[in-house]
Amino acid sequence: MSTQQHARPAPVGGSLLNATTLVCGVLIAVMATIILVRLIFGLGATTNLNDGYSWGAWVVVDVFIGSALACGGFSVALLVYIFNKGQYHPLVRPALLGSLFGYTLAGAAITFDLGRWWNFWHIFWPGYFNVNSVMFEVAACIMLYIIVMWIEFSPVFLEKLGLHEAHRKLSKLLFFFIALGIVLPMMHQASLGTMLVVMGGQVNPLWQTPMQPLIYLLSAIILGYGVVLFESCVAASAYRRQVEISMLNPMARVMLGIMGFYLLVRFADLIARGVLGQAFQPTFIALSFWIENACFIAPFLLIRSVEARRNPARLFLAGVAVMLGGILLRLNGFLIAFDTGPGWTYFPSVPELLVTIGIFAAEVLGYIVITRRFPVLPREEAYAQPTHS
Amino acid sequence: MRTEKPAPSSGENTRRKFLKGCLSAAGTAVASGTLSTLSTPAAARDTYQRPPEALGLLYDATLCIGCKACVAACKQANDNPPEFSTADKLWDTPLDTSGNTFNIIKMYRHGTMTTKDAEINGYAFMKTSCMHCADPSCVSACPVTAMTKDPVTGVVAYDPDACVGCRYCVVACPFGIPKYQYDSPTGEIGKCELCRHRVADGHYSACAEVCPTGATLHGRTRDLLSEAKRRLALSAGSITRYPRGSIDGGPEQSYEGYVGHYQQHVYGETEYGGTQVLKLSAVAFEKVGMPNLPPKSSAATSETIQHTLYGGLLMPFAVLGAMTYVAKRNVHHEEDDEGAQAAAKKAGKEGS
Amino acid sequence: MANTRLLQLEAKTTIVDASKRLGMPRRDFLQFCATLAAGLGLPPGAEAAVAEAVASKKRPSVIWLHFQECTGCTESLLRAEHPTLERLILDVISLDYHETLFAAAGHQVEQARKTAMAANKGAYLLVVEGAIPTRDGGIYCKVGGQTAIELTRECAADAAAVIAIGSCASWGGMPSTAPNPTGSSGVADVLGKPVVTIPGCPPNPYNFLATVVHFLTFAALPPLDELGRPKFAYSRLIHENCERRAHFDAGRFAMQFGDEGHRKGYCLYKLGCKGPETYANCPTALFGDAGAGTWPVGCGHPCIGCTEQGVGFSKPIHMLSKVKNAEPPQQYPRIVEEQGVGATLGSASLLAAVAGAAAGAGAMVARNLGLSHQAAEAERARAAREKTEV
Repeated sequence: MSTQQHARPAPVGGSLLNATTLVCGVLIAVMATIILVRLIFGLGATTNLNDGYSWGAWVVVDVFIGSALACGGFSVALLVYIFNKGQYHPLVRPALLGSLFGYTLAGAAITFDLGRWWNFWHIFWPGYFNVNSVMFEVAACIMLYIIVMWIEFSPVFLEKLGLHEAHRKLSKLLFFFIALGIVLPMMHQASLGTMLVVMGGQVNPLWQTPMQPLIYLLSAIILGYGVVLFESCVAASAYRRQVEISMLNPMARVMLGIMGFYLLVRFADLIARGVLGQAFQPTFIALSFWIENACFIAPFLLIRSVEARRNPARLFLAGVAVMLGGILLRLNGFLIAFDTGPGWTYFPSVPELLVTIGIFAAEVLGYIVITRRFPVLPREEAYAQPTHS
Repeated sequence: MRTEKPAPSSGENTRRKFLKGCLSAAGTAVASGTLSTLSTPAAARDTYQRPPEALGLLYDATLCIGCKACVAACKQANDNPPEFSTADKLWDTPLDTSGNTFNIIKMYRHGTMTTKDAEINGYAFMKTSCMHCADPSCVSACPVTAMTKDPVTGVVAYDPDACVGCRYCVVACPFGIPKYQYDSPTGEIGKCELCRHRVADGHYSACAEVCPTGATLHGRTRDLLSEAKRRLALSAGSITRYPRGSIDGGPEQSYEGYVGHYQQHVYGETEYGGTQVLKLSAVAFEKVGMPNLPPKSSAATSETIQHTLYGGLLMPFAVLGAMTYVAKRNVHHEEDDEGAQAAAKKAGKEGS
Repeated sequence: MANTRLLQLEAKTTIVDASKRLGMPRRDFLQFCATLAAGLGLPPGAEAAVAEAVASKKRPSVIWLHFQECTGCTESLLRAEHPTLERLILDVISLDYHETLFAAAGHQVEQARKTAMAANKGAYLLVVEGAIPTRDGGIYCKVGGQTAIELTRECAADAAAVIAIGSCASWGGMPSTAPNPTGSSGVADVLGKPVVTIPGCPPNPYNFLATVVHFLTFAALPPLDELGRPKFAYSRLIHENCERRAHFDAGRFAMQFGDEGHRKGYCLYKLGCKGPETYANCPTALFGDAGAGTWPVGCGHPCIGCTEQGVGFSKPIHMLSKVKNAEPPQQYPRIVEEQGVGATLGSASLLAAVAGAAAGAGAMVARNLGLSHQAAEAERARAAREKTEV
């Protein structure tokens, strides 16, 4: 298949009402209700947050993990626009869509997790913001990045609405926003890791290191490819389309390369700081550490060979493994291996979980609606699947 | 008819090499920036020390009798509501500091609990409240400057009007002091501010004012440190004079009492660069909830990384410049191709 | 019920005789016995036994010795608002020797003592008031040519019980204040065996009286602690029963005599009150039968710990006292308290359900993809075969 020529993006079409969208709709409605309760009665009324675990499911899952899963746009933009691998171009829009929803909803999640959310504009206002704070830099970069992504994605809307003149003008400037869209995620994804540093000894030594920026940046890039693998396979399976193996195959190889470098850095850092021994203690935290790294090692077993990478099932599972690994890296650092002192217990409450589920349901629903109605995925003949349940 | 992609020319090859170089340079920049935080003195941010006129408290656990007058006084001085932890909600019985309890006395228990200040089979008291660090993690962490350190008195203050309630200060503090009021939809962070709101009326910290035994003593930290060291040098069982209330001036309230068996360490002298609230104890500090902290603060490490990577926005702009150049070349290239494609298509249509 | 039993005694001849002898109404006499029983902490019903014993039993002989004392303990015993009470006190016991109260003096009264001791050998109570000097053979206190040590030993030899009244006799008291030039000691040290002690300077007279009446009623002494003090009066710290305790707990203290806190009746701990390390029943028993507040703290002066050896007359009055707790109360939060909500059935099952659904969906997607891949491969192989066949 020619690499430079590819099918233009087109709406998938089809009905917006099906079991998936209805379930998502219900979950979103539940989430909205709970958020209303939270706004009226406070965080204590809806969450199990306490003085020992002040950052719980909403911050760690919705914000940190959500923004990590939204790295697809960044990773693919890196490949396409910096490494000039034009053959991946069809991946850009869907990856960007995933990123767009991921970050926008992470931003929304922050807003209702903030205890004094009506002051949130302080973070971007001179006279209030503190340039030494890692959180300020993360928040500012994410905010700018959300704007940049909507601009990057606007051609999709402009095309659908037939605004070709505007589309042409925008295209001339797009390169600058693309560059911003690479630098900004590099900055804040690395700093998401740096956020752990000020917590000092409260974070287990297996996850507390000054090398955070590099580790988190690499994991973000890897996560981006993992998400693209996952999302491509799921979209193909759901819409009964062919998986773009020709693109995913080599992209997965790039992912493996970067992943190897990531594991090298991770373990070299542990050994240099002399804390690797802690991973061999019979504790739940050590177990979590190995599960996290097993998720990063699994793809090497699943898709090392070109043959294996032609199998979309293996690509899908590798993507899932990478996502789980990235999730666990963040979940471990910020929640599981975070210990402010003995005696504290935390597990998300049912309303907390329902809101988190609602956020992901909103992403799924948004993805479905946009891909079905707007030109995001490449135009493709529907591929007839062999009959099976 | 489809036009095939032309075979890579030598020009493209050099471009690819250049691009690869760009990205590896960017990656190396991040890596070296991170590594340099460990070695480059120029970019490193040293741990702050206490200002010379820093105010604070000296808490001597051997003098504390657990009367909790300081807990009651703090609640009153700050208009805080009582906290209940028993079935009959009659008494203010907080289990820990919280958004509504800025000071608390906890008790160490061991075995039969017969002897005060004995580590084995004894009991001891420990006051828990803000340590007013020299290099506060909360001040470094706060994205909206709601936590500030006074440059003269060194008191770490909180401004609820600036606060967004992100609770980064809560997770950053090594002592677990700032706490959020989860029970309110307009909750604030709550912590001891050394009664700075009472200074105008000529008062100082309420806990020190009320303490009957002078276990909590107010004053300039450098004076309190001298007093602490004086006590550590005394032999256990001897008699000495203990000041009460404030160490510098005020009505004479000192009294004579017996010297206890101290741990030979003033807690807060060097931890994270030092704290303005110092503690003396007969029981080992880790057992009474005071963490073991190195002299280098976590705020120093965190800010060093940030300044190295983003100081003056030099590196970000440099990388942005490189990315802009590369992106412009590639996006431009793509459009040309697309234009050529369209033209070829047109030609093909006309041709057939 | 108990009171009716007590009232039934009104008609008894012994009670009637006793009341007549004492010149008190019967009801008043019975009330006195009930009060004594209550002060001893005896169970309900005992006051009847006390009344009968007081009325009928042969009054025990009491030999009362005085040494290095101020006679305050005797004076305390005599202070009563009810004029007949002192007669009753002197009538409950047969006071066979008492230097202050006796009209006689000199050799006659010493002879009276020896006679009483011989007549009641093994059955009399020896009460000692005042400290006993021990230095230089005890020559610093002599009565009738005998040193206090000799007298004590002589009288204690045949006594049924020895009671040391007042801090001086209990452990040396005020005379034993450093440098203690005469070597003042308590009775127990001189005799080398434990005795009943009723410390205080002076003690509440009812502490002594109730102990004697208990002995009279039950032929045994009330339960004593390791220092010989009756537990009904000396088992609790003053701090535990103090009416100003709430002020201590709330952190309200008087800083100087006459200041605002002092006028408001705040806790006197900062002025050196020794209540937290002194065992006595002053806050509850009070003094002089004059009503509430008739004890040092109630009057606005910090307790000086007069009952406690090592505290009273030893620690300066305004030196801060140690706060002795019999056991630290459970109400203090521990250094580590269990807080926070863990996984509930609801949240854990919800999370498990979501995880399960996700895993299931993922497995299905993988299977679909795998099958379609298989189908595609098969298709490719078939096409390749067809090509070669052709």
